[in-house]
Amino acid sequence: MSFSTHLRRNGIGWLLPVLVLAGWEVASRAGVMPANVLPAPSAVAEAFWRLTLSGELIRNIGVSTARALAGFAVGGSIGFALGLANGLSTLSRGLTDTTLQMIRNIPHLALIPLVILWFGIDEEAKLFLVALGVFFPIYVNTLLGIQSVDPQLVEMGRVYGMDRRALFFRVILPGALPAIFVGLRYALGIMWLTLIVAETISASSGLGYMAMQAREFLLIDVVVLSILIYALLGKLADSLARLLERLSLGWHPAFQNG
Amino acid sequence: MPAASLTAVRSFVTTPAPARPAISVEGRRAFAFKGVEKRFGDKTVLDGIDLDVPVGQFVAVIGKSGCGKSTLLRLLAGLDRPTSGSLTLGAEEEGHSRTRFMFQEPRLLPWASVVKNVEVGLTGLASGTQARQRALDILGKVGLADRADEWPSVLSGGQKQRVALARALVGHPQVLALDEPLGALDALTRIEMQQLLERIWIAQKFTAVLVTHDVAEAVALADRVVVISDGRIALDLDVPVERPRRRGSAELARREGRILDQLFG
Repeated sequence: MSFSTHLRRNGIGWLLPVLVLAGWEVASRAGVMPANVLPAPSAVAEAFWRLTLSGELIRNIGVSTARALAGFAVGGSIGFALGLANGLSTLSRGLTDTTLQMIRNIPHLALIPLVILWFGIDEEAKLFLVALGVFFPIYVNTLLGIQSVDPQLVEMGRVYGMDRRALFFRVILPGALPAIFVGLRYALGIMWLTLIVAETISASSGLGYMAMQAREFLLIDVVVLSILIYALLGKLADSLARLLERLSLGWHPAFQNG
Repeated sequence: MPAASLTAVRSFVTTPAPARPAISVEGRRAFAFKGVEKRFGDKTVLDGIDLDVPVGQFVAVIGKSGCGKSTLLRLLAGLDRPTSGSLTLGAEEEGHSRTRFMFQEPRLLPWASVVKNVEVGLTGLASGTQARQRALDILGKVGLADRADEWPSVLSGGQKQRVALARALVGHPQVLALDEPLGALDALTRIEMQQLLERIWIAQKFTAVLVTHDVAEAVALADRVVVISDGRIALDLDVPVERPRRRGSAELARREGRILDQLFG
């Protein structure tokens, strides 16, 4: 795929958001939309500039991103490891899968009161919630991916003399990768969602905290700005995951013309 | 096997390997089934198979669905073990894989390029640039040298099966077991593949065991056709027809008729 078609394809996706922004600005300037309900995009841009200059925005984005990634790393790697273990070993699956499926049915955000009691509003609380939220999509999809590897290919690998290691790295893991990526992208969504909720309820820094502070002082432009930044960060994470997907699943028919 | 013949066998083999069943005294034997039975639960799939195949022979195994011909092949490839009876294998040569299996489906790894798929056939035999070179050589022989770096998903059914054939042959197997590998191909591609298989078999001199439904295919390719019915060998027919063989010739047709009579008579 050439660079220009890549640009055109992605450019089309940005057309709608830009049009919405333009319409919104026009509506605000015409007075259709009162500024205390929804400030004009230009006002949000001003807020953006103001907070960037003061360094507050960058600091809060940094804090939130660090929390998100740390929670993702912890929850994601435990989920991946357990998914692999339970996909490869029936003993491990027999031991843990039922328990995990039970825990999975508890909405992790329902634990917030408990988590605040345990950890207060410190970093551990956010880390714990994000890790828990990210764990399940990664675990479920890794397990599913391994279980859906074509047994005929596994038999072929055995017949051709692959040992367990070769079988894992050349047949099972590549076969499970498409499902693992589905889990990854889903987990990234949950990661931001959990963090926003956790920061909005209990935090002393971060984007969610910034938005809550702004609400106290009726700075609607800053509230809207935080929401927009969340949207951008979510999109950025998803784009990174898609890039990784494209790089590692080049063999997949779905990615050959895309 | 009696102890006396075992000692006689030893002297034939250059590197003695005591644990391994060895070649027979009278000429080189690829493998031999002796009174082989295979049962799955109550169901007897193979019921006393005796089959002695010399090195380099092309044997076709024919039978109706469920007669046990695929089970025979799986026993030969070591994918299953006989319930009773014995399976004796020929001596293993240095640097050659013993038995290779070609499946009904190509079973290529979708995430590996064509040449990497062929290199799977060299697992434990060669690696790195040496493996790649050998894989490219054999790809040339099946006429796919220019597709080496493509993904399997862009190949046609016949091309995929040619890659699978290259993968089976790249390790220079002594025995090639083919489980209806051409069954899913269209008629013309199938004849092309049969000719390719015959050409490579003549060049590489391996022992071939082809399980097939297609009687015409069996008599066109094989030196010997074995018909299996109810788990036993119902007919063991030599096909001493000169190669290259002409499809539809009277000699082949006569044998084809005999086999069909045996199957449906």
